[in-house]
Amino acid sequence: MFPIREGFLLSGVLFTLGVIGVLVRRNLLFVLMSIEVMLNAAGLAFVAAGARWGQPDGQVVFLFILAMAAAEVSVGLALVLELYHQYKSLDTDAISRMRG
Amino acid sequence: MLPLLWLVPAIPFAGALTLAVLGPRMREKAAAVIGTGSIAVSAVISLFIAAAFLTAPPAAGAYTQTLWTWIDVGSFRPAIAFYLDALSLVMMTVVTFVSFLIHVYSAEFMRGDEGYSRFFAYMNLFVASMVTLLLADNLLLLYLGWEGVGLCSYLLIGFWYQDPANGLAGRKAFIVTRIGDTAMAVGLFLLFHNLGTLRIQDLMHAAQSQWPVGSAYAIAAAALLLGGAVGKSAQLPLQTWLPDAMAGPTPTSALIHAATMVTAGVYLIARTHVLFALAPPVQFAVAVVGAATLLMAGFSAATQNDIKRVLAYSTISQIGYMFLALGVGAWSAAIFHFMTHAFFKALLFLAAGIVIEALHHEHNIFRMGGLRNELPVAFWTFLIGGCALAGLPLITAGYYSKDLILWSAANSTAGGMGLWAAGMAGVVLTSLYTFRLIFLVFFGRLETAVSHRPGLAMTVPACVLAFLSIVGGFGKLPFEALLATALPQFREAGGGMSEALASAAAGLAFLAGLLAAWYAYLQNPSLARSAAANPAGRLLHRFWFSDWGMDWLYDRVFIRPVVWAASANKADVIDSIYDGLAGAAALCYRLLSATETGKLRWYAAWIAGGSVVTLAIVMWL
Repeated sequence: MFPIREGFLLSGVLFTLGVIGVLVRRNLLFVLMSIEVMLNAAGLAFVAAGARWGQPDGQVVFLFILAMAAAEVSVGLALVLELYHQYKSLDTDAISRMRG
Repeated sequence: MLPLLWLVPAIPFAGALTLAVLGPRMREKAAAVIGTGSIAVSAVISLFIAAAFLTAPPAAGAYTQTLWTWIDVGSFRPAIAFYLDALSLVMMTVVTFVSFLIHVYSAEFMRGDEGYSRFFAYMNLFVASMVTLLLADNLLLLYLGWEGVGLCSYLLIGFWYQDPANGLAGRKAFIVTRIGDTAMAVGLFLLFHNLGTLRIQDLMHAAQSQWPVGSAYAIAAAALLLGGAVGKSAQLPLQTWLPDAMAGPTPTSALIHAATMVTAGVYLIARTHVLFALAPPVQFAVAVVGAATLLMAGFSAATQNDIKRVLAYSTISQIGYMFLALGVGAWSAAIFHFMTHAFFKALLFLAAGIVIEALHHEHNIFRMGGLRNELPVAFWTFLIGGCALAGLPLITAGYYSKDLILWSAANSTAGGMGLWAAGMAGVVLTSLYTFRLIFLVFFGRLETAVSHRPGLAMTVPACVLAFLSIVGGFGKLPFEALLATALPQFREAGGGMSEALASAAAGLAFLAGLLAAWYAYLQNPSLARSAAANPAGRLLHRFWFSDWGMDWLYDRVFIRPVVWAASANKADVIDSIYDGLAGAAALCYRLLSATETGKLRWYAAWIAGGSVVTLAIVMWL
């Protein structure tokens, strides 16, 4: 039987690392990479669950997540380029003009 | 002829609308023609209706004309309907005819005033409302007319609105009469709630069949209606507005505040006489209010300096006589006195208006004098009006009507010698202040030169009214016979005073007042001055001059506490609750907007934290 407990544990650790990365990193590129880690952690959880019950659904969802992640990265990178154009910086704390 | 009844209020109303819309672009002559013409047509129609009514009386002595249903809510279906019986016929004819004469007079009196067409618009609206009030078939329509005349009264008292004092007088009249109107509205609610209709005739039948004499409902309803009547007719304790109402133009005072509107209360009580007959204590209260008012106003009238204020107090006093008559059950005597009073009081105001205009708007009678030869028309008409007011025996109309009231008061089952004595003292006072006025204004030395002589439009109406003030009294017997179809007969108590004795006493009282005025103001003018100079006399004079301190009393008891409460509550305690709500919302807004830092990582942290908390709640709670 597939060790789902360890699989979920790994997924949780990865997700937490991703969150910490988003919160701690100030460089936008690293924030995007952390988000990617979080997405893959979620995907890992799906795959693990699919393997545990012998269902293909988990892997199907992971494919969806891959496609979504590719789209997200392309949009995100475009935004990053544009922001760099405007601010000559990728520091998220510097780009804070939308405060209330 | 009777189906034309609706035109009597409709034409003045159309005139008021026309003048209100087109008036500002009209020349004076056009405004006068429309304003006076509409009332003239209305008066002619009502005369024709009166002729038709008298020659061929409708079945049951009343004619009802229903125009349309006004409101239709469940069982509440008041109609726009007019009810013509002998009572409303007399009132309508007198009102339209006197109004017509006063409109003719105003056409000259108001000449050159910048509000010329506005004045006629208000006056026409007043006549329309007054006729609606008189002809109303149900109490709701009557109330509409009642408030309509109140509105016109307010508008016309404050007609010269540039002077704040006039606006104040208008507001006072409006607010004081509103107190009475509130009582009346509550009375209407009570009647509708208990009897289920507001049609006056149905109401009277229902009250008679459902309420025994002296029942609590009848007493409450009659007392509330009396409250309305007291306010509108300027009786004790709501009489304070009428003297101040003299701030309006003189024709207004003649028409609204003497001849017609102020007698609406008398009409209301006569119209609902069944209710008052069912409530003997209230009916007795009507008599007592009338007697007290006629005495108080008589004393006040004898001390005033302003010619119009003297006449205003005399109006209050004369309406007191009408209330006295109503209170002792002499219904037709009250309406008879209303008619003669309408003639002679309108006449007195018109003559006073001629004097006032001739003397550059001088109102103080001590700065008048010797006008007998300067203004002969004003003198003779004023003399006739004054004699009618004071009740010159056998000749004038006022004598016949007042004599009837006094005799009724003495001989009624509900009356008594006390009421009669009060009325008799009132006659002495009336005669005293009337001739004081005549002697001071028309006799003695010329004090102020005459600058302006009246034209025909002012003298002719005065002469017509003078004629009516004399002949109006001779129709006493047919008048009573006519009113007997609409109002119950006077119930005479046995063993009272004979008619001849009552008449003789009234004549003597008239003479006493005349002689007193002659002695104190013509023969020996220093007497009145010295009486007013000693301390007790001065105190009494001030007391009566200020209307027995009623204004002072009301100022202390009602106005100051309200003003004090208003100033103490300047910060508005109740409103601070709503201010607090708004403040709390603003605080929440500031707290929330403080979280909008623009820092991306903080947002992400909030989202992550929020997700953790939500998940925790979902999983463990």
